Amino acid sequence: MDFELMINSFPKLLNATFITLKLLSASLFFGLFIGLLFAVLRLNKNPIINKFAYGYSYVFRGTPLLVQIFIIYFGLGQIEYLRSTILWVILKEPYWCAIIAFALNTGAYTSEILRSAFQTIKPGFIEAGKSLGISNKIIFYKIQIPIAIRQSLPAYGNEIILMLKGTSLASTVTLMDLTGVAKYIISTTFKPIEVFIVAGSIYLFMTFLIHNLIKFLEKKYSY
Amino acid sequence: MELLAFGKTGWGDELLIATLMTIAVSITAMLIGFLFALIFTPLKLSKNKFLNIVGNSYTTVIRGVPELLVIYLFFFGGSGAVMYVASIFGYNEYIEINAFITGSCAIGIISGAYSTEVFRGAIQSIDKGQFEASKVLGIKKNIQFYKVVLPQMLRLAIPNLSNVWQITLKDTSLISVTGLVEIMRQSYIAAGSTRDPLFFYSFAAVLYLLLTYFSMKLINRLEVKYSRGY
Repeated sequence: MDFELMINSFPKLLNATFITLKLLSASLFFGLFIGLLFAVLRLNKNPIINKFAYGYSYVFRGTPLLVQIFIIYFGLGQIEYLRSTILWVILKEPYWCAIIAFALNTGAYTSEILRSAFQTIKPGFIEAGKSLGISNKIIFYKIQIPIAIRQSLPAYGNEIILMLKGTSLASTVTLMDLTGVAKYIISTTFKPIEVFIVAGSIYLFMTFLIHNLIKFLEKKYSY
Repeated sequence: MELLAFGKTGWGDELLIATLMTIAVSITAMLIGFLFALIFTPLKLSKNKFLNIVGNSYTTVIRGVPELLVIYLFFFGGSGAVMYVASIFGYNEYIEINAFITGSCAIGIISGAYSTEVFRGAIQSIDKGQFEASKVLGIKKNIQFYKVVLPQMLRLAIPNLSNVWQITLKDTSLISVTGLVEIMRQSYIAAGSTRDPLFFYSFAAVLYLLLTYFSMKLINRLEVKYSRGY
């Protein structure tokens, strides 16, 4: 055991943790909107819209995240047309490519979580709202969404942890996140166990925090 | 389409072999995972506090740390660890472990953590009366496990194990960083030499989709088989 290396690498890894957290929060933020949008589309009665939303979540859940990142980072740059548009400013940055891939990926999982949450809402709640003369829009925003969020909290907590682990793939597109820096230190010092212990503990600590945060929220919003 | 031709002109045969490699790694990893689950599920269910902690820390650590980090640990640390063990027995030559074994072990340990959780959940949801009844009937412990617990457990575990299979299958894409030529690595090579990454990575995505689709079909059949009588 090389304790000196462990102590020396800790600040570097901690620095990289900020990039991991930035990637995580940005992709969760966009992913939540994508998930909500596709959950609503899934519940649409129009079969075409319905199938489209299902196809989206099927494709993104059925393929590895690594493929998705590679398609966006290496693949999209190949389309000449895209290079001439304003979108290229975003797509040439590995940072944004990673966020787009993560957001689309977590969006697919979130849409499934939210869909099942919407479906488990008792029809009585919506009927009660209707009989009180509340408009459909307000029923959706004030009744369905809060209940769905509460219902989906445990599953969404798991999704956040999966996404935290998913951000490690950013290191494959040259980003120096926690895993990226860990790999760099391992490949320069050839001390994999020490670095694994430090980086792994940081990840475990974050998982622990997320786990407890979700537990706290579940308690707060239980009814 | 000529990019996918078989033979020297296209990448069809290479990708086919790579797909078989992905399947081989996934199955090996899944089996290694079962082996780990076989060891750690009893530990998690044991009444001994110490064994309990050992079992719990395995599943918590592996499920809380990114797969890629575990793979790097095995990739960089694997041959070192084996050489250390070999040096105890007096063998001091350099040993290189091939990428298939390192990769399957790394993914296997990850898959094992998920399988352990599935088995634990399945055993815990078997009615207590079943254990008591078999005890009353004087059935021996190991026969009780094979004839009473296992069949019921499998029925409950198969739907969740199909999720573990999907996770394992997708995780094998990460082994490409160690240089094992599976779907992802082969696409990377093909994309590099033809300068057509969009096509090859999309094709890789299609291959993975086909794999998940057909394996789900197969598992659904198993599910029907084991839930006969319910």
